[in-house]
Amino acid sequence: MTVGLFIPCYIDQLYPSAGIASLQLLEKLGCEVVFPLQQTCCGQPMANSGFAGLSKGCSRNFIMNFSKCDHIVAPSGSCVLHIREHLEDEKYTSEATHIRENIFELTEYLTDILQVEKIDASFPYVVGLHTGCHGQRGLQLSSMSELAVPAFSKPEKLLSMVRGLQLRKPERPDECCGFGGTFCVFEEAVSVKMGKDRVSEHMANEVEYITSADISCLMHMEGILKRQKKMVKTIHIAEILNAG
Amino acid sequence: MSNHAVLAEKFIADEARTDWHDQTLWWIRQKRDKSAKSLPEWEQLREWASQIKNHTLSNLDNYLVEFEERAQANGVTVHWASNADEHNEIVYNIIRDNQGSRVVKSKSMLTEECHLNTYLGQKGIQVVDTDLGERIVQLRKEPPSHIVLPAIHLKKQDVAETFHKYLHTEKENADPGYLAGAARRHLREKFIEADIAITGVNFAVAETGAIVVCTNEGNADMGVHAANVHIACMGFEKLIPHTKHLAVFLRLLARSATGQEITTYSSHYVRPGIGRQMHIVIVDNGRSRQLGTPDFRNSLKCIRCAACFNTCPVYRRSGGYSYHTAVAGPIGSILNPNLDPEKYADLPFASTLCGSCSNVCPVKIDIHSQLLKWRQVIVSKGYVANSKKNGMKLVAFILSKPGIYRFCGSMLRFTMRWFPFTVKNRLNPWYRQREMPEAPPQSFHDWYKKRKKVEHKR
Repeated sequence: MTVGLFIPCYIDQLYPSAGIASLQLLEKLGCEVVFPLQQTCCGQPMANSGFAGLSKGCSRNFIMNFSKCDHIVAPSGSCVLHIREHLEDEKYTSEATHIRENIFELTEYLTDILQVEKIDASFPYVVGLHTGCHGQRGLQLSSMSELAVPAFSKPEKLLSMVRGLQLRKPERPDECCGFGGTFCVFEEAVSVKMGKDRVSEHMANEVEYITSADISCLMHMEGILKRQKKMVKTIHIAEILNAG
Repeated sequence: MSNHAVLAEKFIADEARTDWHDQTLWWIRQKRDKSAKSLPEWEQLREWASQIKNHTLSNLDNYLVEFEERAQANGVTVHWASNADEHNEIVYNIIRDNQGSRVVKSKSMLTEECHLNTYLGQKGIQVVDTDLGERIVQLRKEPPSHIVLPAIHLKKQDVAETFHKYLHTEKENADPGYLAGAARRHLREKFIEADIAITGVNFAVAETGAIVVCTNEGNADMGVHAANVHIACMGFEKLIPHTKHLAVFLRLLARSATGQEITTYSSHYVRPGIGRQMHIVIVDNGRSRQLGTPDFRNSLKCIRCAACFNTCPVYRRSGGYSYHTAVAGPIGSILNPNLDPEKYADLPFASTLCGSCSNVCPVKIDIHSQLLKWRQVIVSKGYVANSKKNGMKLVAFILSKPGIYRFCGSMLRFTMRWFPFTVKNRLNPWYRQREMPEAPPQSFHDWYKKRKKVEHKR
């Protein structure tokens, strides 16, 4: 069983530590991990901006890199959701289907496929959990506050296994941070206001870190925290699960 | 051109007021949650509502004919309007034929969509909106900013100021009870004088030809009972097959809208009183085009509860006027592009696609998926800036070529590290209120290749 590790473009370029932690974590848990070297991007930036037609090149490249992997795992709910819902290729239909059905977000993979019940990690800090919308409402990594259904959370369950970690949830447990892809620049005012509101809820909880299964959300909140000269740091969930 | 982003920025400039707007609507969202979760069958009700509406939309031709026949048998005059102009003309002709001059109107988003008040005003007929929130914004010469809570953008001090100016209440007396009393006395006069009452329609029942109007203030009933002529205006998607289906929709509507168990008044209008008239105007205005578009047809399931407004983190922080249309919020962002894709090209982009709207929708419209689909339509029609189009083409080219991607990635990091001013400037919208991420010296790819080499040497 080979696990193909997909490190989305912005993690590859700007947050390699989250990629490294993901790889080490999967290896620790006994997975045989490969990182196909010619991978780039899932194609979501184009598709979400209304240019789905322009994401064909990315789709083809994705298929070329990952069609031989039994499972594909990525530390990003948003990118996984895009592949799972939209990956298509006229020429490679069966390969595209295989990938769509076998791609997993990291915490989803740990919970549902590897069925991890114990993690040897230590992170003695007060941590706020940010729930990324695409992971939550798209991939159903956790129950949604709008629905009248029993509560669960895959990221929270994993974090509860980490020694010393004190988890604090914001008052509005699953409100969007306002990143939203190109929304963050084309709707800059609303985007920043949403981010400021998220950050202040975590600040009210006196957290030392804000974590999430999506770095795009964290990048946005990190930008706001730094501009406000706050001490709170952001960290990808893989880095916590791989810590100590 | 003022688009959503520009108008939203203006709204947010008053941050304290934005916070108040956000918190007020979030409070309503919480009331909705509490009320929904108190019903064990909530999710089942949503599913039933969705299926009833899907069924109705698939058999609309039959149900519309059935509704018309039954309504006519009840003594109601049924009119058909293919667009907003025809609708306005029909309403005007009814008023003129009855020598009407004093018109009261309860809430109807359809008449907002058709700009009926403006049209009648040009013909010399003044319409008095009788919903309290609508009357407040009407006095201020503003449109509603929310389809259920038309004056939600105003604070009680604003209302006190408006009432002092127009209804001569005490200056700066913002006591809600006092202001409501003044509005009640003012509106009572209007009801008593009225010769024409216009209402909207929440549900039109095919099997009986009856219409149901839901209000909290009883203002629809006050108008209809006082005036000799009742004109009810409805989009054709308001139809439901049977009276028993109200048992699903009436339970969902108020809970979704405000968290109430049911609206104070759910009034059934079946036939005109003796010596009186009842007219129903059934309007298309782009709906049949939406019905014929598989990706977007189920937006016609909407029952106008505004739950998607209240939950939308963008709406709460940008206000109704930023959508520059009668029906704002997430649902407005998928309905309006059907009316005019160029004018409303910005609306499908006024969302982070967080998906909360689809989850609260009592009739399960996949709002956020339709927002994404509308983006594709808007772009394919060419209603997008050339700079954005060319930028996207360039990004798509780079990201589809691994070697070029890696080269550009390292150049980007190099520039960010050594020439930070190229990205840290006011021209970069990210940087206006956020710091740039710190660029690392190596990418994950670089790290991985080095690790491989080390492993190989071992």
